[in-house]
Amino acid sequence: MQAVLNTSAAPSAPARKGKGAGFLLLSPAVFILLVWSIVPLVMTLWYSLQNYNLVDPTLHGFAGINNYWYLLTDPDFLQSLLNTLLLVAGVLVISVGGGTLLAVLYDQDFFGRGIARVLVISPFFVMPTVSALLWKNLMLHPIYGVYSAMMRAVGLTPIDWLSQYPLATVMMIVSWEWLPFAVLILLTAVQSLDGEQKEAARMDGAGPIARFRYIILPHLSRAISVVVMIETIYLLTIFAEISVTTAGGPGVASSNLAFLIYSRALLQFDVGGASAGGVIAIVIANIVAAFLVRAVARNLEV
Amino acid sequence: MAFKVNCGKQIAVTLLGWGVALWVFFPIFWMFLTGFKSEVQAVSTPPQLFFKPTLSSYAEVFERANYWHFTINTVLVSVIATGVALALAVPAAYSMAFMPSKRTRSTLLWMLSTRMLPSVGVLVPIYLLARNAHLLDTVLGLAIVDMLTNLPIVIWMLFTFFREVPAPILEAGRMDGASRWQEMTMVLLPLALPGIASTALLSLILCWNEAFWSLNLTSSNAAPLTAFIASFSSPEGLFFGKLSAASTLAVAPILVFGWFSQKQLVRGLTFGAVK
Repeated sequence: MQAVLNTSAAPSAPARKGKGAGFLLLSPAVFILLVWSIVPLVMTLWYSLQNYNLVDPTLHGFAGINNYWYLLTDPDFLQSLLNTLLLVAGVLVISVGGGTLLAVLYDQDFFGRGIARVLVISPFFVMPTVSALLWKNLMLHPIYGVYSAMMRAVGLTPIDWLSQYPLATVMMIVSWEWLPFAVLILLTAVQSLDGEQKEAARMDGAGPIARFRYIILPHLSRAISVVVMIETIYLLTIFAEISVTTAGGPGVASSNLAFLIYSRALLQFDVGGASAGGVIAIVIANIVAAFLVRAVARNLEV
Repeated sequence: MAFKVNCGKQIAVTLLGWGVALWVFFPIFWMFLTGFKSEVQAVSTPPQLFFKPTLSSYAEVFERANYWHFTINTVLVSVIATGVALALAVPAAYSMAFMPSKRTRSTLLWMLSTRMLPSVGVLVPIYLLARNAHLLDTVLGLAIVDMLTNLPIVIWMLFTFFREVPAPILEAGRMDGASRWQEMTMVLLPLALPGIASTALLSLILCWNEAFWSLNLTSSNAAPLTAFIASFSSPEGLFFGKLSAASTLAVAPILVFGWFSQKQLVRGLTFGAVK
């Protein structure tokens, strides 16, 4: 196992002379990312303090914290915030937990393993709008859906999943998209595990559960960090799946913050309100990111 | 290894492995199948697994919407965004990997944190900026935004790949009189080509499937495949056949692409954390 390296002391990277060149090569990317992250942010902050509605030009001027107050006192806001965190946590648990188990499963040798693997990772390549439509119409539709037909076949009454359990169903659809990603990464990690080590443990009398707990799981910790980090980035801002399946409803039962801001403020052309929501979303994302990046980066080779 | 093969366990693993695989893949398979059904067959209860295939849904999709227009837009956006991102990221990653400073680590983390900026939070300013720059509903405008959202991940991935290239090789090149530019293009790039390829692959896939900016920054001229699909999800009626045919058309290229490149992709996605 290669030691986790520190950039400052990386043996493979002796500092070349000429800091100027390094700076020169790095600066275009840094500059463009700086502009990209600061200009819209400052504009959002500015708009969030204004009364600014695209369809009502009579309403203008400084709003102070009114836009924020309006949003933060909205009970829907708290519900959406909770939904956002539930979605991230739920999908992470399902995809990392399931991904780990499936990675161990697909590490076993069996007939047609290569094809089975390709089938399992396929959903990752399907665009979110399509997966949402697929599940909503072809799979879970209460009358024509395949799942409903199966339930009827065994004598059960089909469930209208998206209206009865909207958040859980969206969570399931999103998990279907991200579980393959976890499998893809974790399977590679499991395969890189030294076979001899597993054999030695077996010789010493370790059962399958002990081998999983004390050999496979520790070996996977870095790969799991990668999965958690990348997935969180995307899960915080789930949009297409919600927009296509439930449009956030019923009520705000399946709205996350991104979708609430979009539907409340933007569809009403309320630039001020949308911007205030945007600022709040950015603050929350940064809180999550601060925890996450620090926790995960320690596990990455930086 | 000559261990006693546990036959029962082998069968269980095979069944479980295939069972899970078929269950996970089933919705995609069903979409593919439904695309070859007529609208009546598509909503028959119980759903039919065996039926007389027809191309009528595909014919109607092609008649109703200009599939190639959307596909070309998607390909253009993905390729431009990926190309520009690589052009910016290669020098940056080279600089950080081979000329690290005290601030390299925090720079990398900061770059990654810009990716956490929720799109919806900056939608209004980006929309207004794009409008003022006449980039709304243009391939270039969408490509720029996609490029910027992927740039941090592209830089990070390239950085980890470059770090695997032994510095003495670059040193040797320089001893032989290679300029920094030659060192980067003629020594480093060929060595890191697999890594660059997997980075490009991931960027292409992310651009291809990007929905938020595609739906909000384009309307007709530059509308990519994500918008094409949205136009077939009409709430006024259930046209499963056409929806499935259109969906199949939208995902097939990237799905096949993904199948062939999965090994490459994994290398890139793991940020070098999985050896």
